[in-house]
Amino acid sequence: MSKETLAPAQQGANSVRTHVVLLVIGFVMVFPFLWQLIISLSTNDQVMSVPPTFWPGDLQWGNFVTVFTKLPFFDQFGVSVGITVIRVVGQVVLCSLAGYAFARMRFRGRGIFLGVILSILMVPPQVYLIPQFQIIQNLGLLNTIIGIALPGIFSAFGVFLMRQIFLGLPLELEEAARLDGANPFQIFYKIMLPLAVPGISALVIITTLWSWNDLLWPLVVTTYAEKMPLSAGLATLAGSITTDYPVMMAASVLAMAPVLILFIALQRRVVEGLAFSGSK
Amino acid sequence: MTLRIGNTVGESRAPADLPVRPTAPKPKPKPKPQGFDGYWPWLFVLPTLLGVLGFYIWPIIQTGYLSFTETGPFGGEEFIGLDNYQTMLSDENVGQALINTLVYTAIVLAGIPIALLMANLVNQPGLRFASFYRVLFFMPYIAMPTAVALVWRMIYNGDFGILNWILSLVGIDGPYWTSTPGFAIVSVGIVGMWASLGFGIIILGAALKNISPDYYEAAQLDGATKWKQFTAITVPLVTPSLFFVTIISVINGFQLFDLLYAIMGQYNPALVQSQSLVYIFYNQAFIQNDKGYAAAIGMLILVVIGIVTFFQFRMQKKWVNYV
Repeated sequence: MSKETLAPAQQGANSVRTHVVLLVIGFVMVFPFLWQLIISLSTNDQVMSVPPTFWPGDLQWGNFVTVFTKLPFFDQFGVSVGITVIRVVGQVVLCSLAGYAFARMRFRGRGIFLGVILSILMVPPQVYLIPQFQIIQNLGLLNTIIGIALPGIFSAFGVFLMRQIFLGLPLELEEAARLDGANPFQIFYKIMLPLAVPGISALVIITTLWSWNDLLWPLVVTTYAEKMPLSAGLATLAGSITTDYPVMMAASVLAMAPVLILFIALQRRVVEGLAFSGSK
Repeated sequence: MTLRIGNTVGESRAPADLPVRPTAPKPKPKPKPQGFDGYWPWLFVLPTLLGVLGFYIWPIIQTGYLSFTETGPFGGEEFIGLDNYQTMLSDENVGQALINTLVYTAIVLAGIPIALLMANLVNQPGLRFASFYRVLFFMPYIAMPTAVALVWRMIYNGDFGILNWILSLVGIDGPYWTSTPGFAIVSVGIVGMWASLGFGIIILGAALKNISPDYYEAAQLDGATKWKQFTAITVPLVTPSLFFVTIISVINGFQLFDLLYAIMGQYNPALVQSQSLVYIFYNQAFIQNDKGYAAAIGMLILVVIGIVTFFQFRMQKKWVNYV
């Protein structure tokens, strides 16, 4: 866009000063990521040097190879992907079904049951974590992908979000379908669900983020490094007395890269999804 | 019940549009009670309802019970009344953890005005590369806390961290940030603030977009400066979103665990003085294996968050404008 086509107020937005300020703040925000990359490509001696080595010169790509050969990275990556997929699919199916029923169907005790589900939102996880652990233990699901994922496929937030979406959709479509003889599930699946896509995508984004990054629960239900998701694996690695800093940084780069890259690629959608869920 | 024929003033729809409300009473073999939708809703709701009852509601009740018990060395519980709560109230570590959690939360909250300024900066109409800047700003929010915590651990390192090197350039001898009591929780708080700015920027940015440009045009005609426009128009109009971000930030602040756990590591000499409430909970429940005491700490977290949130809602009338 050429400058002539911009209104005067908009020209002000693109002053050199504005962009310098934005770049400086942006640099501060991403500096830790840049530093992480630099360390991951350095030697341990360079990392511990004073003054710091800002550019390693010889890039140590071998650090990344070490992550795969010396650490159970592949296993942990698989666990992270597994629990994220199960939770996302589970929440989308269960929350949209329940959210729809709470928004549009009439049944005995609807208000009470909704209240019971939403009451969990007020409760910090510490209040249900210990018995949840005991349930998973009693089911023999410690150190399994299902065990890590299971409680997280039920989501009060997801039910609330989907209910809000369905409440906002027009009633006429359902009535027309009902006249055509569609049963409630067909109405839900064929007509209402496609209209709820903005809500579903917000739910997918939030659940992915939370599932990939969550630490406390996986730490509780796993004890073997190769059964942990990446978050718990990294934390355990850092807790053990490892001083191979470049490899640790390489592992942390690889652990967060998949979701980070995916979400940067889908930037607009992610911002919309998060803002959307915040507006409900 | 009055019989509606569809000719009342309020109802202009054709009778054909009202299939659920028959115009003439028809004898039904089994009248549905008050128009419930039969068994269908239960098929929709039951999986979630059972999951929530089994994995959340029942555990909440269980935790309440556990908090009155002592966990034996080989498992099993013994009822001990209020002992756990008495121990907790005189436990210095719990008091310190509460203070640490509040300090951390306060630092994160201090980031909200910064987030608003950043959101304002990046949402200027006509700004070029806006989505590029937005990505830079919200990256810390979506990155895995455990992973970024490890980088910050390097930055904070007392011997060769880049932070102390920068400070040395201006003649300051930086401390061992993450292993000095007092400094440690502040260091973690700064990371927490950095990591949560993105959330505020997204929510507040959405609110900024909803402000009509007319307000700013009128203010410009009146000769208001940019700063005056920000304080007189922008801030009052986004107070509902500021309130939302504050509530969520407090709740998340009280959940401090990941960053603390990964930045400090388990062998940190300052750990005992730097624990958060959730950290103590985790440690008691799953490392010390004192589930009864941990349950009591869980109840404490519930009560403290409840009180803080209650007061936030009470105070919102004083500063939040709902248009």
